[in-house]
Amino acid sequence: MSSREAILKKVRQSLGQPASDAVRQKAVADRLKKSPQGVIPARGQLAPAERVELFCTMAEKLFATVQRVPKPEDVPAAVAEYLRGKNLPASIRMGGDPRLAAMPWRKQRALEVKQGASDGDDATGVSHAAGGIAETGTLVMLSGAGNPTTINFLPEHHIVVIDAADIDGDLETAIANVRKIFGKGKMPRTLNLVSGPSRSGDIEQKLILGAHGPRALHILVVGG
Amino acid sequence: MQITSPTFKENSAGALADVQLQKALGNVRSGFIDKRRKAVEALPEFDQLRDSARAIKDHALENLDLYLEAYEAKVKASGGHVHWAETAEDARNIILDICRSAGARTVTKGKSMITEEIALNDFLAENGIRPVETDLGEYIIQLRGEHPSHIIAPAVHLNKEQVEADFRRVHDHLPPGRDLSEPETLLNEARKVLRSAYFEADVGITGANFLVAETGTSIIVTNEGNGDLTQILPKVHVVVASLEKIVPTLEDAAQILRVLARSATGQDMSVYTTMSTGPRRPGDPDGPEEYHVVLLDNGRSAMLGTEFQDMLRCIRCGACMNHCPVYHAVGGHAYGWVYPGPMGAVLTPSLIGVDKAGHLPNASTFCGRCESVCPMKIPLPKMMRHWREREFERGLNPATQRAGLKLWAFLAKRPSLYRFATSIAIPMLSLLDRGKGRFGYLPLAGGWTKHRDLPAPEKRTFMQQLGSRNTAAKEAAR
Ligand code: SF4
Repeated sequence: MSSREAILKKVRQSLGQPASDAVRQKAVADRLKKSPQGVIPARGQLAPAERVELFCTMAEKLFATVQRVPKPEDVPAAVAEYLRGKNLPASIRMGGDPRLAAMPWRKQRALEVKQGASDGDDATGVSHAAGGIAETGTLVMLSGAGNPTTINFLPEHHIVVIDAADIDGDLETAIANVRKIFGKGKMPRTLNLVSGPSRSGDIEQKLILGAHGPRALHILVVGG
Repeated sequence: MQITSPTFKENSAGALADVQLQKALGNVRSGFIDKRRKAVEALPEFDQLRDSARAIKDHALENLDLYLEAYEAKVKASGGHVHWAETAEDARNIILDICRSAGARTVTKGKSMITEEIALNDFLAENGIRPVETDLGEYIIQLRGEHPSHIIAPAVHLNKEQVEADFRRVHDHLPPGRDLSEPETLLNEARKVLRSAYFEADVGITGANFLVAETGTSIIVTNEGNGDLTQILPKVHVVVASLEKIVPTLEDAAQILRVLARSATGQDMSVYTTMSTGPRRPGDPDGPEEYHVVLLDNGRSAMLGTEFQDMLRCIRCGACMNHCPVYHAVGGHAYGWVYPGPMGAVLTPSLIGVDKAGHLPNASTFCGRCESVCPMKIPLPKMMRHWREREFERGLNPATQRAGLKLWAFLAKRPSLYRFATSIAIPMLSLLDRGKGRFGYLPLAGGWTKHRDLPAPEKRTFMQQLGSRNTAAKEAAR
């Protein structure tokens, strides 16, 4: 008997259930098919404008910095300004996300834009979020050529662009959106829910930002 | 690791006399409790979410075989591999095989209690593979050759001066005069040292907080981002997880996530909640080329269908130990194996045997705080009592304790007699405290009062107080 069979057999014996139990099989199949929602906190259930406000407030509480810009065209200038303000090299690492690609980066003449995954030598990375969760100030990041996952973790500064219209109230809505993109039961290789910059409290419970991931998370909210 | 649970009493005596440890444990008492309380108070639905989380896990456990099959099918469909391991030894060998076929010399590790449980690091090292812990706390204790003393804050038993000494000893390629006096400078040094390890590693090993049957996804939560660098930079990502980590759907994981971080660190969400499904996809510029899941039983299947099944709902948040007066007094190492505190007192006898861990279920004041803060509403005190009863039946307890328990059992089955007996004993005890409210010395309990005061009982028993409160409440309602 393989380990697989042995384990499943033991589980069934302990539960006192045969594998063929039609009632259990139906309950499991139903749950997997319907993905029922549980308790959704009232906190994020707001009209769009207040939802975006809540998202910004919650993200700032987590020590992210948030800046609102009216249009996608304003993003490159805001990025350049952030780099100058922090005395960072005028260079960013970025994936091929079409929303980012459509922005006027060339106008920032001094700004170097490196394409592709990060190799660990970039001071600043720029990504586009797939969504936001107002309830907790969380960004939803999907892996792929558009937004390589390494950019979320290797650069010391991470700038994330998010469309205000993509900010939802709760985690369940964000999950439903991901399902719309990839199909039921499917996921990208990596989905990162990011709530603030990296931190550790492992030495004497003292909270310090910038453990292994970015020390700073700057969110640019477009529109809304 | 060497199991020292059988000498829990001696371990505790040592812990109580350890000045550094007692100083460090002060951080547990002051930090965690307050943060959790604030986070819970800020979410009115918290208790409803606890019930929801409990129901999800109960449902998953009752149908564990079916969800495991569904999960496996999804992992395979996304290009990953599932390996089933009945024992710790099986799991170690499977992981070693994966490492060998990747030609691995260095593996990085995200924080994972399950790899502590199977003592993976020593095994890899014996086989010529260098395991590098990347969570700051885990890294520190790896340098010291120790084991975690807390399931979410592994180095909580240490003070910064101890960490500084270790860094100076191990990072001897760095200038000796450098400033390492603050947690910030220590963290920066660890960050730099570990950065190169991430890039050197051929295999990255993480645990999982959840395995999602709907999608074949493994989920980890971290604050540092180390678990992410561990899994996206090497060629191979190995997830090691025990059977009971299964949840049916992403929505189910979302429910439990809401209670997990709040209970653990008082955060609404941990900084990084990472959902990983299979290896990198065609066209992906980063991510692992191989994705393996090692599904470990190691005693879980035998807990199903018993009075200890509820323990399998545990999401390893650490709240029970953060609120435990015994843990506060002796810390995690005294428990003598991987899992400390109230959850360890219940789980350890299940996993390594009550003959070795029989003292742990006695390490309780039965104050009930663990159960009241447990996000999964696990009846920890009740299960500790189950172990005591089993132990008693096996006759492992000293004769005096057996006699005492017998008397208690006799009285407990006869409520009026119990009330009568305690109504005599309690006023007698309060005579002894001479109105201070605490005992510095109690006859027959020197082992306890030597290191701490025992709160003196109220002048009346709990049953008497409850009785008059109920009467008062009824009168007020009139
Ligand atoms: S027993 Fe409950 S409180 Fe303790 S670690 Fe497990 S889930 Fe958390």
